[in-house]
Amino acid sequence: MRRRDMSEKIDARGLSCPQPVIVADRKMKELGRGVFEVLVDTETAKENITRLAQQSGWKIETKQEGGDIRLLLEKT
Amino acid sequence: MAKTVQFLGSRWGIISAGLFVGVFAPLLQHWGNPKNMGICVACMERDIAGALGLHRAAVVQYIRPEIIGFVLGALIAAILFREFKPRGGSSPIIRFFLGLFAMIGALVFLGCPWRALLRLAGGDWNAIVGLAGLAFGIWIGVLFLKSGYMLGRSTKTGSFSGLVFPIVMIVLLLFLLFAPQFGRTPEGTPTGPIFFSQKGPGSQHAPIVVSLIIALCVGFLAQRTRLCTMGAIRDVILIRNTHLLSGIIGIVIAAFIMNLILGQFKAGFSDQPIAHANHLWNFLGMVLAGLAFALAGGCPGRQLFLSGEGDGDAAIFATGMIVGAGFAHNFSMASSPAGPGAYGPASVIVGLIFCIVVGFTMREIIS
Repeated sequence: MRRRDMSEKIDARGLSCPQPVIVADRKMKELGRGVFEVLVDTETAKENITRLAQQSGWKIETKQEGGDIRLLLEKT
Repeated sequence: MAKTVQFLGSRWGIISAGLFVGVFAPLLQHWGNPKNMGICVACMERDIAGALGLHRAAVVQYIRPEIIGFVLGALIAAILFREFKPRGGSSPIIRFFLGLFAMIGALVFLGCPWRALLRLAGGDWNAIVGLAGLAFGIWIGVLFLKSGYMLGRSTKTGSFSGLVFPIVMIVLLLFLLFAPQFGRTPEGTPTGPIFFSQKGPGSQHAPIVVSLIIALCVGFLAQRTRLCTMGAIRDVILIRNTHLLSGIIGIVIAAFIMNLILGQFKAGFSDQPIAHANHLWNFLGMVLAGLAFALAGGCPGRQLFLSGEGDGDAAIFATGMIVGAGFAHNFSMASSPAGPGAYGPASVIVGLIFCIVVGFTMREIIS
């Protein structure tokens, strides 16, 4: 998965459920297609955004970074 | 281990957790818990508040081991799967009062969302009114969420901060087992608290070991599967996702079948156990509870499981619920089978105003 637009990043760390999903959903709808990143710090947020991405036709890659998780979402 | 994680995170995983609750809640009733109250987070926290003397309603005082087990089961799962992350600081005072008013709303209806599902599965049709109110309250919460409502970020805290609530649960377990008498009469004779009801719902309970083991399992499963009744309805409205909903459908189906097998199913609106048939306040009580849960991000069960993960904000919400139960009974706000308490309707209106002000005023821009 190529990182085409590194300016699209959302820091959702510390946000309680369901805020990480809401900000990711909002960004998906705003972009329509493209690439963006969401940084989260709980497994629950990762799982919820992964389910949302799959449901909305976005590909998702996850990468553990210390205590945080970086989610890279892409739709072509 | 990886396969277990994968299964519990799947749709069948959460359905299994729901089925587990649905099978064992009616069994807990069969083994001694009050009717249609095999599990009820609100009622059980209310009983704990009574046992501690925070209210003096003599028929609802008992330290329910189920609450203790939920928190400790979630703690065990969180530690095993490396999800114990002490955190806090996301508008704690707001969360405290959301918990307090959520409890008042739940006690006007007489049950948390789990008990609403169990009442439905036991044939108490008043639960349909309560669940409709719950869904309506959550829908209002979703409108706030969509318009930018947010309680702010939590931050990482030291390990002990995340352990405080589980330690409180262990202290409660010791109080349950040894029933110390902290009070003194004017003559100096030891008396409660700790109070245990001699009659009424508080005197009805399954054996401690049985309740504790089942609750530990529920806490473990629910932490892994993120089972949440409020989230189930919210996700359907907010993102059209039915993952969490499949868990609560599992609860209702399993509990319905178990109630039929155990002879605990009795259909109707009237003469239902620990319930009243005032539709308006059953509905509005749960509107308040649903809205407060949605604004706080979880049903009362989920708040306990998050507390076990080290989430201090969830622990504050749960503490608010316990304190709210004290107020609900001391201030004649809780309902009884005869109907709403004298100040129940007024307290629901105050709670709704509080939640709406919170919904309009608490927001943060995320970039």
